[in-house]
Amino acid sequence: MYVAVKGGEKAIKSSLKLLEKKRKETGTKSIEINQIKEQLSFAVDRVINEGSLYDKDLSALAIKQSQGDLVEAIFLLRAYRTTLERYAYSTAIDTSKIIIKRRISASFKDIPGGQILGPTFDYSHRLLDFSLMREDEINSYENINNQEPKNKEFPSVIDYLNNENLLEQEINNLNDNPFDVTRDPMKFPASRDQWMQILARGDEGFLLGLSYSAIRGFGSKGTHPFVGEIKYGIVDIFISPDELGFEICIGEIEISECQMIDQFEGNKNTPPQFTRGYGLTFGYNERKSMAISIVDRALKSEGYGEEIKFPIQDQEFVLYHADNVEAQGFVTHLKLPHYVDFQGELNLIRKLRNEILQGKKL
Amino acid sequence: MKTGFNFAYLDEATKRMIRRKILKAICIPGYQCPFGGREMPLAYGWGTGGIQVTASIIGKQDILKVIDQGADDTTNAVSIKNFFKRVCNIMITDRTAEASLIQTRHRIPETTLNKDQIIVYQVPQPEPLRKLEPKEKETRKLHAYKEYALMHVKLYEEISQFGSVIKTWAYPVETNNRYITDPTPIPKFDNPKMNNMEALQLFGAGREKRIYAIPPYTKVKSLDFDDHPFEIQTWDECCSICGSTKSYLDEIIINNEGKKNFICSDTDFCKSNLEKNK
Ligand SMILES: [Zn+2]
Repeated sequence: MYVAVKGGEKAIKSSLKLLEKKRKETGTKSIEINQIKEQLSFAVDRVINEGSLYDKDLSALAIKQSQGDLVEAIFLLRAYRTTLERYAYSTAIDTSKIIIKRRISASFKDIPGGQILGPTFDYSHRLLDFSLMREDEINSYENINNQEPKNKEFPSVIDYLNNENLLEQEINNLNDNPFDVTRDPMKFPASRDQWMQILARGDEGFLLGLSYSAIRGFGSKGTHPFVGEIKYGIVDIFISPDELGFEICIGEIEISECQMIDQFEGNKNTPPQFTRGYGLTFGYNERKSMAISIVDRALKSEGYGEEIKFPIQDQEFVLYHADNVEAQGFVTHLKLPHYVDFQGELNLIRKLRNEILQGKKL
Repeated sequence: MKTGFNFAYLDEATKRMIRRKILKAICIPGYQCPFGGREMPLAYGWGTGGIQVTASIIGKQDILKVIDQGADDTTNAVSIKNFFKRVCNIMITDRTAEASLIQTRHRIPETTLNKDQIIVYQVPQPEPLRKLEPKEKETRKLHAYKEYALMHVKLYEEISQFGSVIKTWAYPVETNNRYITDPTPIPKFDNPKMNNMEALQLFGAGREKRIYAIPPYTKVKSLDFDDHPFEIQTWDECCSICGSTKSYLDEIIINNEGKKNFICSDTDFCKSNLEKNK
């Protein structure tokens, strides 16, 4: 009679089988990992970011296994990364030495090195392309008449403003042991290395919503920031092992970077200067890097002595709630049985009602 | 048997880090000790803190019991047991008296625990003051100064509005005359079992990355007032299976007309009690 809540073992087994059946029941061809990697690359890039593990093959595998549920795929990748040993911390990457695929500035019309549009949905018309419904051939593309990107120096555009001291300096105050959010419990007030890591791993939707709230009016000054520069390209990763004493390159990764120029700060004693926000992600995640740069600027509010009025400026609000692996876990835990606690509430509400109803009779 | 993972999933360095935090937590009963919680292959909010504590202290000789809502065969308890079977290959039991290690969500077994046992609680929110003060920066200060007026006022307000404290689960306790502690969402019925318990009580909060502990034989007092002493739940009914009148009862609806029955929430207790009475 109370079988419904018991007999978990059998139920779990059947549930897992049904899940597998859901993926296979119509007998379509199994998707290859490579197909996911190449043809769903934006999904793959989102999962390596929020899964915080730069491995596009495993990301594609996670997407396949989770049947396209990206938050679930992110969770799979996170759980896997826990088991990996940590050999070294890389040195800070240098994003001025980049094989550039895309680079734009909204603040300057022309920039040294040029604006490079690269692959973007920005100017595509969002019309469904029905020809894709039947695209049988193996994908190949005609070589677009396009110079192969050469490894070049692309120094940060907005640093030109530094020559006139118009822009706040990014001070390199990283110590040798950067905060590691995957190893250290959260600390408040949070340090910038701490929050940049959390934002890089944070849920894109949450950060997008927060950044939108700030530029719509729930932000420190309610003003409009300027995109100083957006870059997407490939950079080298270096480590500097103690026993070697010099840097060695261990590979390359794709990154998206956004430098946002924000409202100036200043007072009678300090001449006004633009402030800045910075966003960096793995892979091609431009929208997210922009969102991060706005949240980063807002989280600096406390340091500038600005009044903390809005959610986006509140370190605990932003940093405790940005992680979708934590968020999805805790929200969905409401599905777990709570009948012991609910029984307590039932008993209480009956008792309280009885007391009041009987009191009225008297 | 090869599992493909280190014994109990976590690497040894992580286990050592967690054991050090547990030792610190035992030294300061009721104090919430931050720890570098890891991501586990089970979801946050589904017992990752408890699982990490269990994984760090479990040995090959241990006999593990896992319960959820008092029952050994609820889905999440089964899932956690399957996890430990897979990564530890250890003995699992339903019998409270047989277990050396008990991981629990929302209940303390009815059978009295002894000094050779450890109970590990899964903790959704380790901070008893969180609902009264959302900021961690502030609540840490309140604990440091033993400034608990907020909590007492809250309980007082409940009494003035409803005639009694209306917290029926996660009813706050004071540990060792010092820290106000969240007993986890156990029914207040279980609070008295925490006082002077012979077994070591460990609490793991995975998402919030906190560990706290109540050493054996520690005073644990449920907060109350002299004129409104702490009381536990009682039922007019008894268990419809074993007839117990001393255990925590779950209410079950048995037909479409809403007819109710009551049964023990602790399935192992219910079974033993039934056998004893036969
Ligand atoms: Zn019973």
